[in-house]
Amino acid sequence: MSLNKCLEIFLKYWPSFLLGIKTTLFVSLIGTIIGLLIGLLVGGLRAINVDDNSSKLKKFLKKIFNLISTLYIEIFRGTPMMVQAVFIYYLVYTNIIPWDKVVAAIFVISINTGAYMSEIVRSGIQAVDVGQKEASRALGVSNIDTMLHVILPQAIKNAFPAIGNEFIVNIKDSSVLMIISITELMFQSNSIAGTTYRFSETYFVTACIYLLMTSIASFILHKIEKSLSHTTTSLPQSDTNFSSISLAKEENS
Amino acid sequence: MLEIKNLKKKYDNDYVLKDISFKVEKGDIISIIGPSGCGKTTLLRCLNFLNDSDQGQLIFDEETYDMANINKKEINEIRKKTGFVFQNYNLFLNKTALQNVTEGLIIARKMAKEEAIKIGEEMLNKVGLLDRKDYYPSQLSGGQQQRIAIARALALNPEIIYFDEPTSALDPELIGEVLEVIRQLALEKRTMIIVSHEMHFVKNISTKVIFMEDGLIVEEGGPEDIFDNPKEKRTKEFLESYRR
Repeated sequence: MSLNKCLEIFLKYWPSFLLGIKTTLFVSLIGTIIGLLIGLLVGGLRAINVDDNSSKLKKFLKKIFNLISTLYIEIFRGTPMMVQAVFIYYLVYTNIIPWDKVVAAIFVISINTGAYMSEIVRSGIQAVDVGQKEASRALGVSNIDTMLHVILPQAIKNAFPAIGNEFIVNIKDSSVLMIISITELMFQSNSIAGTTYRFSETYFVTACIYLLMTSIASFILHKIEKSLSHTTTSLPQSDTNFSSISLAKEENS
Repeated sequence: MLEIKNLKKKYDNDYVLKDISFKVEKGDIISIIGPSGCGKTTLLRCLNFLNDSDQGQLIFDEETYDMANINKKEINEIRKKTGFVFQNYNLFLNKTALQNVTEGLIIARKMAKEEAIKIGEEMLNKVGLLDRKDYYPSQLSGGQQQRIAIARALALNPEIIYFDEPTSALDPELIGEVLEVIRQLALEKRTMIIVSHEMHFVKNISTKVIFMEDGLIVEEGGPEDIFDNPKEKRTKEFLESYRR
């Protein structure tokens, strides 16, 4: 293997690589976002505790939901995404509708990521101190509003590293989607290698491109993570004189 | 304005509140004292339905509620009239001081944002922290956080405020600023129920003191009666332990 050859292949075939990069980034980004939405919905509902004084119907629905969501999570975490991709693609293609491959790819990544995200979101919610919920409820804020305004923002912040990690995993693991021959990076690389018969050189270029994409992604995610945490701009300090406490002074002076 | 009748609460099979009844009149400042684990905090939490109760009646402004079988609507009715200040502040960590104070107004009361901010700033000014309005809880000291938590409770203009050991989590040098705020509320004739271990403060501020032990009210009366002439032996012993 020579680096010169690698460069040669890259310079000659860069439009094909570029198309691969575009498709890979597209399906993994959209898939991660939809997966996160699935995770918020499923994980959020899983984290809700039905209390003793809830109605029987609510308890029943919650039980059914828990059962279905557990099945979903176990099945999609417990089987390879490659198998999911071919199975779902051909199942839908032959039995329901001849759908677009990219749509199928996004569907598979989304539903697969959703399974992982559900658990990430659920644990993120459960890690938020119960006092936050109590304080909000004591102010008269409803359960749903408490979830949306107090719990979820903190849960997402806590879980952000894990959520971002799913994106990086998806950039790499979308390579298995070549099995349904969408034009993502791995599929493109296979074509190039097949044309040039330079396997090690081509896949070396491919590996470099993957590494570059994941590095840039993790750099950006790190920046976002930093902006989410409210870093201390000044040290906490306490007032030692109480002159600033003006409460009720006018009325009682 | 508030009356509790025969409140009972058990964890598993142990009664932590055995039979609690008392009355609160408008303007009362009632302090609940007693050894750790006697049920003070549980009592306060039951009053606001943060814990459920096994038996009891709560009469609020002539409205009677069954504490063991209360629905969400009734709980919200009561919570609208009450404020709660927690031992460990429980400020919303994802919100600034001002957002913490306006949260209840904007989201629970559906108040317009500008109006809520006006009230919020007024409340922060009351507790002397207007200049900290854009700080996040992590950037504030414990004393400041607790003062903001008090402002948050005040913003909803509750008829009664519950304080659950408001200074127990604070460093000694930070306790003063929080007690000062509560003292100012007392001057405003706010109705309050305070669970506290600050005996000197309790004696000075309260209109009535309740001494609890083992889930029961052992003795209640004016602060002078309880602190200077306690009738019950247990009250005496408990107060002795604080003088040492």
